[in-house]
Formats: sequence, C-alpha cells, structure tokens
Amino acid sequence: MTDTTAARNEGAKQRSFFQALQLDTRLLGMIGAFVLICLVFHFYTEGRFLTPRNIFNLTIQTVSVAIMATGMVFVIVTRHIDLSVGSLLATCAAVMAVMQTQVLPQTFGFELGHPMIWVIALLAGIATGIVIGAFHGWMVGYLEIPAFIVTLGGLLVWRNVAWFTTNGQTIGPLDETFIKIGGIGGTLGVTGSWIACALAVAAALGLMAASRRRKSQHGFPVKPMWAELTVGGIVTAAIVGFVAILNAYEIPERVLERRFEARGEVLPEGFTTGYGIPYSVLLLIAVAVVMTVVAQRTRLGRYIFATGGNPDAAELSGINTRLLTVKVFAIMGALCGLSAAVAAARLGFSTNDIGTLDELRVIAAAVIGGTALSGGIGTIYGAILGALIMQSLQSGMAMIGIDAPLQNIVVGVVLVLAVLVDIIYRKRIGE
Amino acid sequence: MAPPLVDLRNISISFGGVQAVKDVSLTLNPGEVVGLLGHNGAGKSTLIKILSGAYKADSGEIYINGEKAHIASPRDARRYSIETIYQTLALADNLDAASNLFLGREIVTPLGMVDDDQMEAETRKIMQRLNPNFAKFNAPVKALSGGQRQSVAIARAVYFNARILIMDEPTAALGVHETQMVADLIKELKKQGLGIFLISHDTREMLDLCDRVSVMKNGELIGTERVEDVTEDDILSMIIMGKKPEAVA
Repeated sequence: MTDTTAARNEGAKQRSFFQALQLDTRLLGMIGAFVLICLVFHFYTEGRFLTPRNIFNLTIQTVSVAIMATGMVFVIVTRHIDLSVGSLLATCAAVMAVMQTQVLPQTFGFELGHPMIWVIALLAGIATGIVIGAFHGWMVGYLEIPAFIVTLGGLLVWRNVAWFTTNGQTIGPLDETFIKIGGIGGTLGVTGSWIACALAVAAALGLMAASRRRKSQHGFPVKPMWAELTVGGIVTAAIVGFVAILNAYEIPERVLERRFEARGEVLPEGFTTGYGIPYSVLLLIAVAVVMTVVAQRTRLGRYIFATGGNPDAAELSGINTRLLTVKVFAIMGALCGLSAAVAAARLGFSTNDIGTLDELRVIAAAVIGGTALSGGIGTIYGAILGALIMQSLQSGMAMIGIDAPLQNIVVGVVLVLAVLVDIIYRKRIGE
Repeated sequence: MAPPLVDLRNISISFGGVQAVKDVSLTLNPGEVVGLLGHNGAGKSTLIKILSGAYKADSGEIYINGEKAHIASPRDARRYSIETIYQTLALADNLDAASNLFLGREIVTPLGMVDDDQMEAETRKIMQRLNPNFAKFNAPVKALSGGQRQSVAIARAVYFNARILIMDEPTAALGVHETQMVADLIKELKKQGLGIFLISHDTREMLDLCDRVSVMKNGELIGTERVEDVTEDDILSMIIMGKKPEAVA
C-alpha cells in the first residue's frame, strides 16, 4: 500500500524545483522582505547598515522584543491578546533591580558582586513574571474576563507597581555579572562563538537527518536527497555567516586595554579580537528552540493550537482549556521576566519607562511574523523574524536621520500592509 | 438478564429557565442501534451531550453496565469507552487529520514528545479501512471535503475501541456514496457488539439502521418503539403531533 502511494506521488505530478525543497513560502517571503529592507537601508546609509558593528547592535536591540514575541504567539494563537507585556517587563525589571541592589546586599548580607546575586535576582524576576502571568490567565480562563480587558488593566497596574517598587527612581548600577545577560560586554568571544557555531550546525543537520530517517522508516514520502542537501547547505551557510559577522565586529582597543588591566596584564602589541555571539542572542536562540519544541512536539503545544483552531472541539476532546489559558499566560509572564533581564542589563539600570510601548512592538512582531489574530496559526521563527524586521526598520530610519514621528508612521503603515499581504497570501493558497 | 450497556434514568437539564430535557429515560444494549428522532430543538443533541460529558445533567442518573457512572467531562466519558461523533464534527480546522484523530490522546515517545510520525502511520491504517480514497494526510482538515472531514471524525470515534458510540447526524454533510459507507460501517460496528445512539432527520434511514427508535418533542420523550412495530407514518406523527401510535390509531 505504501509503495503504491509513494509511486503515485512521484509519478503523478512533476514537482518544480521549489516544491521539491518543501520550503515554507511564507518564511521565504519574510526573509525576502527582510533582505530587501536591509539592502535599501544599506544603500541609503552609504554602506553603514550592513556592517558587523550595526548587525551586532541590531541583534542585541531585537532580543528583548523577540523573546516576548515568541510568547505572544501562544497568546494570540489561543485567540487572546496580552497588552500588559511592557508593563509586566517593567515590574520584573524593578523586582530584579531592587533585589540585587537592595534586598540581597542589605537584608541578606550578600557582598556586592557575590556570584549568587545575579542568579537569585534573575530567578526572582522570572518568578514574578510567572505569578503575574498566571494570575492574568486565571482571570481570563476561569473568571472569563476578556483578555483584552484583563491585560489592559494590567498595562496600567504593573507599570505603576513597578513605580512603587522602585519609588520612581532609576535603580543601578546593576550587578556586573547580571549586566552581561544583555549588555555589549557579555559575549562568547571568537573561539567560543565558533564552537557554538559548530554545535549549532551539527544539531541542525542531525535533526534533519533524524527526521528523514523516521519518515522513511514509516514509509512516508521524503524529499529527494539533493533537495535535502541543498536545504542543509543553506542552513549551514546562514549559521556560519551570522557567526562570522558577529566575530568580525572587533572590540575597540581601549576596551581591550581596560580588560587586560583588570586582569593585571598589558595589552600585547597589535592584539585584536572580535565580540562574537552576545549572551542575549544565545538566550534568544535557546528560547526559540524551547518554544518551537513546545509548539510542535509537546501535548501542551498541540492543545494550544487545537484550542486556537476550535475551542469547542478542544474542550470536547477532553482538553482543560481554562487551565491551558493559565499556562499560556504564565509562559508569557516568564518570558517577560527574561526580557526584563535582557533589557535592564543592556541599559545597566532599571528605569521607570523601561519597556514602554513594548506591548505594541511585541504584538506587531508576532503579527508581521504571520500569527493570525483569529487564532490557531502562528510560528515562533516568524515572530522572531517579525521582531527583526521591526527593529531593522526603526534603526535603519534612525541611521538615515528620519524624524521620530515619521519613523512611527512608517512602522504603523508597514504593520497594516504586512497583515494585508498575509491575508492575500492565505487566500491565494486557499487556506 | 444482563443489565443494559447504557441506562439513562430520569435525565433533566435546563438552560436559563428553558427546560431542554425533561425526565427522559432511555436504554441501549450491546449490539443495538437506538435512533433518536425529533424536530430541531427537541432536545436530542442536548440529551446525547449529557452522555458524552459535554453537559452535566441537573438531575437523573447514568448507569453503564449496571453500575452508576459519573460523567462530568468528555474525558470521563472516554474513560467509559463512550465516543461521540458530533454534528459539528468538533475538528480543529488548523490541524491535520492525525492531530485531530489523536487530539487529547496523543501517542508520545519515551521522552514525552508527541510522535507525529507514529500517529500519521496509525491514521493511514485506519483510513485505509474507512475511506481508502483519503490521501491528504499532511493538510489541515480545513482543506478537506465534507466527506473527508466526516471520515476523520468517524475514525476518531472508531479508532479507540469504543463500546458506546454516539453519532449525531453522521450523514448530514455526505453524498449518496458516502452515506452508504457510513450505513455499512454502522452495521459492521453493531455486529462487533457496540451499542450505538444515532441521531438523524432521515426517518427512512433510521428505520433501516435502527433496532429501536425514540422520539423526542420539546425536551420530553414521546415514546420508544421497536422498528418492526411501527411504520414511517407512525414515526412522523409522533414527531409532529407528539403522540404515541396507539393514541393515533
């Protein structure tokens, strides 16, 4: 039986080159749009946009919004919305900042710079996010208050809870190790980055091979070998290229001098080295992998998408959709905590206005990334690409010297256009 | 005599002042098909949703194999091997056939991850039996025809070795050929000893497939008759007038 199906599939239709590759056309479209944006800015900035330095900065600036956008995918897929993420981020950042500068050193007597400070502060921030997120989810799932209202309330509440937590002050400087989570100082270095690169390539190719083996074991049709190798080659080139660019951004000489001085050494003559992969980007990659696995390979993910596609069917299948809502918002909260750490660490301080308007950026990133507000459809990689596109637009326009009001107008127009294109695309392929 | 497979006793439920089901009692034996007939809004689907765990009865009791059953959720109903094919099919349109078939009961790998390939293989097996023309295993069920969607919903009920099957208008969206396939399937399952509750508007089809038919009107049970004892006209007058055949005759 399987033999005949496979034969029919191969014989019946002549597959075109791209069909054989079985690539996601939406993903290709988004990458295309992203590349186009980069090239246009590169041209207008007279070659300043696609430089290692700018690409490095762009990735660091994207991380905070991108991490939250992966969680927003789950929220929107289950037909909810979370308007409170920016404020929640502020509360988590305030908790972490107060924890490491006041509570731990003063109440618990940790010395400043104690290696446990950053760990405890980070965990406290994430725990805060989980608790508040779960509370939102409980109100949405069990009390049946619309998510729009719950999180609109949260938007006001948590911004000002943050204000009370810090008494309205900017808290800092933050712990030196903590700052590495998001700051420019926290990078893997050239050698470490190449090792991470090798691991990533091995993992990507290994997963593709494993998937192919599983499929052929069950006798399902698989793509031709040349297509498999082409995709593998593109993926490898992308990873290697990205790491090479980050490694090519060299640490300025005076920064190096200071680092050597701190270790009691002298900077050797002519010594240069690159930054490599920032820890925050590693964190984002880890979040992306975990969230993708949750979405595609776990029951939780399956239930999230089933509930988004048809809440009644999910319930009739024995899925506890109320508890699921709590879990989805708790995940969102945890990611807000992580983002708060990245954002505060990048600044070196926790400020009152940290994360302001992030809810809109996060929702826009998820939606530009192909998450449908009607529920049931969305991908983690799409949301991250969406965040990257938004950030590129914003910093590209800033580099050209476009006024801030015009920047916002452009971003707003792009958001609406992106959704329009997505709607047209879905109609074309008959989804 | 062995207790009936399903024994619904004095079931009542109301929604905000509207009594949807009033004091209805029904039985179902192994290897028997019992048809539920009545106008739209007569309470058939509501009654059946109490058995499948979607609604909780205000009063009344459910006995399965003579033992009192507590069915508070669809999950409970599945524990009693009760499977339901809903009128709306209850499919998640954005997921593929295998994900729908196993929804809530996924096959997982030793690491606890959902095993999509294994589930697809099982889905291909059961589809080979139910609907050999089915080929769209990797498309979301939104992209399937009415008949194909129906066969996914039926496969879901049949795959897990149900003892009690509830079919709410299983042929409403189907063409002639597919309707015949469902009829054949019902006969086969009946032979295997399943008890089946069947809801349909097609009186002739019901007389052909069922052993007994129960007629409901305005939430009340008008009567239950063996199909040998009644004509199509008797049934119709029960549905329309709400009177038992003796009273008509």
